[in-house]
Amino acid sequence: MSPEPVRAELVEDRPSTGSGHGARRRIVIPWSDILITIASIVLAFLVGALLMIVSDTEVRSKFSYFFARPSDALIASWDKVSAAYAALIEGAIGGYGPITETTAQAAPLICAGLGVGLAFRAGLFNIGAQGQAILGAIVAAYIGFSWHLPPGIHLLLATVGGLLGGAFWGGIVGWLKARTGAHEVIVTIMMNYIAAGLLAYLLTTVAFQRPGRPDPISPIVDWNATMPRLEGGQLHLGFLLALLAAVAVWWILDRSTTGFAIRAVGANPSAAATAGMSVARTTIIAMFLAGALAGLAGVQAALGPTASGVPVPLTLGIVGSIGFDAITVALLGRSKPLGIVLAGLLFGALHAGGLAMQSIAQTPLTLTTVLQALIVLFVAAPALVTKIVPFLKPRRTRALGPVPEGGLV
Amino acid sequence: MPPAGGAGLRLRGITKRFGDLVANDSIDLDVLPGEIHCLLGENGAGKTTLMNVLYGLLPPDEGTISIDGVQHVHVNPKEAIAAGIGMVHQHFMLVEVFTVAENLILGREESKAGLLSMKDARRTVRQLSERYGLDVDPDAVIEELPVGVQQRVEILKALANDAKYLILDEPTAVLTPQETDQLMAVMHSLRDEGKAIVFITHKLREVRTIADKITVIRHGKVVGAAKPTDSESDLAELMVGRAVQLVVDKGRASPSAEPRLVLNGVSVARPNGTLAVEDLDLEVFGGEIVCIAGVQGNGQTELAEALLGVTPVVKGSIQLDGRPLAGLTPRETIDAGLGFVPEDRKQDGCVGSFTVAENLILNHFDEPPYARGIVMDLSKVRENATHRVSEFDIRTQSIEAIVSSLSGGNQQKVVLARELSRPLGLLMACQPTRGLDVGAIEFVHKRLIDERDRGTAVVIVSTELDEVVALADRIAVMYRGRIVGIVPPDTSREVLGLLMAGVPTEEALASASRTKLAEEDNTMQAIGQDVRHES
Repeated sequence: MSPEPVRAELVEDRPSTGSGHGARRRIVIPWSDILITIASIVLAFLVGALLMIVSDTEVRSKFSYFFARPSDALIASWDKVSAAYAALIEGAIGGYGPITETTAQAAPLICAGLGVGLAFRAGLFNIGAQGQAILGAIVAAYIGFSWHLPPGIHLLLATVGGLLGGAFWGGIVGWLKARTGAHEVIVTIMMNYIAAGLLAYLLTTVAFQRPGRPDPISPIVDWNATMPRLEGGQLHLGFLLALLAAVAVWWILDRSTTGFAIRAVGANPSAAATAGMSVARTTIIAMFLAGALAGLAGVQAALGPTASGVPVPLTLGIVGSIGFDAITVALLGRSKPLGIVLAGLLFGALHAGGLAMQSIAQTPLTLTTVLQALIVLFVAAPALVTKIVPFLKPRRTRALGPVPEGGLV
Repeated sequence: MPPAGGAGLRLRGITKRFGDLVANDSIDLDVLPGEIHCLLGENGAGKTTLMNVLYGLLPPDEGTISIDGVQHVHVNPKEAIAAGIGMVHQHFMLVEVFTVAENLILGREESKAGLLSMKDARRTVRQLSERYGLDVDPDAVIEELPVGVQQRVEILKALANDAKYLILDEPTAVLTPQETDQLMAVMHSLRDEGKAIVFITHKLREVRTIADKITVIRHGKVVGAAKPTDSESDLAELMVGRAVQLVVDKGRASPSAEPRLVLNGVSVARPNGTLAVEDLDLEVFGGEIVCIAGVQGNGQTELAEALLGVTPVVKGSIQLDGRPLAGLTPRETIDAGLGFVPEDRKQDGCVGSFTVAENLILNHFDEPPYARGIVMDLSKVRENATHRVSEFDIRTQSIEAIVSSLSGGNQQKVVLARELSRPLGLLMACQPTRGLDVGAIEFVHKRLIDERDRGTAVVIVSTELDEVVALADRIAVMYRGRIVGIVPPDTSREVLGLLMAGVPTEEALASASRTKLAEEDNTMQAIGQDVRHES
């Protein structure tokens, strides 16, 4: 790629049309999005602080004589909030251990978030990352504990199997949508139920249930199929895979014909069809890829080591709520790969820090869930944020480029 | 000049900026009751911005507005409505599943003991309808009404608010010639009742027909006033800022010996199963332009879509240079040499959020040189865009600008640049100049004729008779899914009008000559009367 000669040509070729702005290729930095996101995070933490103050009995008792001695109440509030947030930050990024815990928590969120984001770029609301991740976990775990292969190959096969499992689950949705017009939101929600039910059923079968156990739990995955991790922390291969997946999604969307079609169909399906693209085919491909990415999140749940570094068995709650958290990750990341990586890291940090906050500052873990929800809420309602933080407003409404007549109405 | 403080609408020194762009530059405008005031200007000249300022949708940066002697620095829409200003937007603001009467009371749901007074609303519709000759049924559901009637409902809404000043923003852009005539009649009766009408347009014929006063705006400034009696070319020059060729300059067609496009008994169905195109035959030779004229909704759109392959052909055959087209996918028909300019460029022509460069390769993005396998070659994409932008004079800040930031005319140029940048056997263009300004229309016409002269078979669907007559080598008039007649371009408007109403060719010609004789008779009598008067 050589932008330089092109640039030169642009200037030479268009003396008549150039309006003095130059036609240089610009990298557009979405400043307003970035500022809104930062403001949302800050606002969410402020609201979180209020919640802590209001919900703590001891702090609240100090407020009963607020007008007599306001300093008591304020100091108690400050102590409570600062201790909790210090523990949160400490648990998320305070050293090698916490940081790797954050990456371990973030990895599946990033993968599933990419699955939601990619589908969204094709104009599809993929609510089914949960089911796709469950399928990925089922296949990966099954290959992991029932086959016994040499190192490397075993992990590779289990991972690919999980990817295909998720892709298959997502592909069904794409196929149904393309062939019958079924709405993907309904179909993906139903597929989530089916996947959860399928997992529950499989764990009662001879092939999956651990011999000698009455409860739904499978044998433990082979060491050869478990993701290797660096000594001394939680950083395992899964995080690297998540970053690779993000780069792959970026490349597909911005550099490949497949991504061009996905973006075109997502932005304007009728123009895409008029230009000869197959909307049905693109829908199926997009859901297939989205399913594979969510499946990778399931693979991480099934093949990633525990905090103590040992392989895990397949259980009913293996993927937790990754598939649903992924929707918020994709929203916060604006469905862009880099954004999703950053959003995934943020939520991973909140998960990791939340555990520390609970044990050190006795603040319930659910506060992190509230924080997550608040952040996304503020991001989803930018008008609310600009109302609270008014100096952000002029940046948002400033006209970029020529304004078409009546374009602001 | 009205006395200061008297009735009328006075805008003084209105300036409105968007960033660096000055959309309105110190504009003065006077509108008096009982006149139709035309605001003439190209797309992007700042007409709509000015009216949005007046209606209170945009605050002006400088200037004052005075309505009937009351001065405002800026108004909000509520105050504007209270002061008697009504606006009919280009895109209607109606709830489609509601009836006319329901739409009328929307936003000011008056109630009697908790019940909506639908009866009053219905009565208002009937009264206003009768008074101004609007002919609207209060119980009709909006989505079932033709566009022209929907527009009248918008006018009714404004009238129900006691509007004294009616702003009509490009009202004729969505209308057929007949509907335009009806609208003009309504405007006349409104004016005669003492209403003031601000009529925003860029169509010269309309301006000359209806205006009492004309103010011309170019690049955000008032460049002058004109009289309706000024010639079209004078008006065009004032509007565009240079001499404009109104007559299409085209040489004689040199059609090929054999037809390139042959349609045989083609039938196309609507989604509901009825036939939109029925048993249609047509031959188009290389190097000629066949215009398909007709009132909107007589199957032209479906015919075009069937050629492209987005709508299936139920019956019959389509052949391009002997190769069958019916049954192919859009991809295959495009590869077979079809260039397609869709009717709705925003909906079907380009992807608004894509860049100019991306839109320029929308239908061959996955072929060399733009792609090898699935890998796109972005430098080739940019190279192509750079060439097309200069070749087609697309006015854009950069090839990386998103298409929806371009004006309508430039968006259409993007579509044309894409479709005309490869060898074609057939060019199918639907309403190629709809919503474009004079300068852009001139450009598009020239390109279409160039393509004809390259030996391509060109089919143009247009509901604008001026355009049909100017461009066509042959005119095929379509009515209810069939072609009722193929006539030469010098056929009179009257005959074309009769054909468009479904009258067969011979009858139309005969009837037209009869009326002509009758008219001559009338003129003779009138002259006779004049003579008698004088004597």
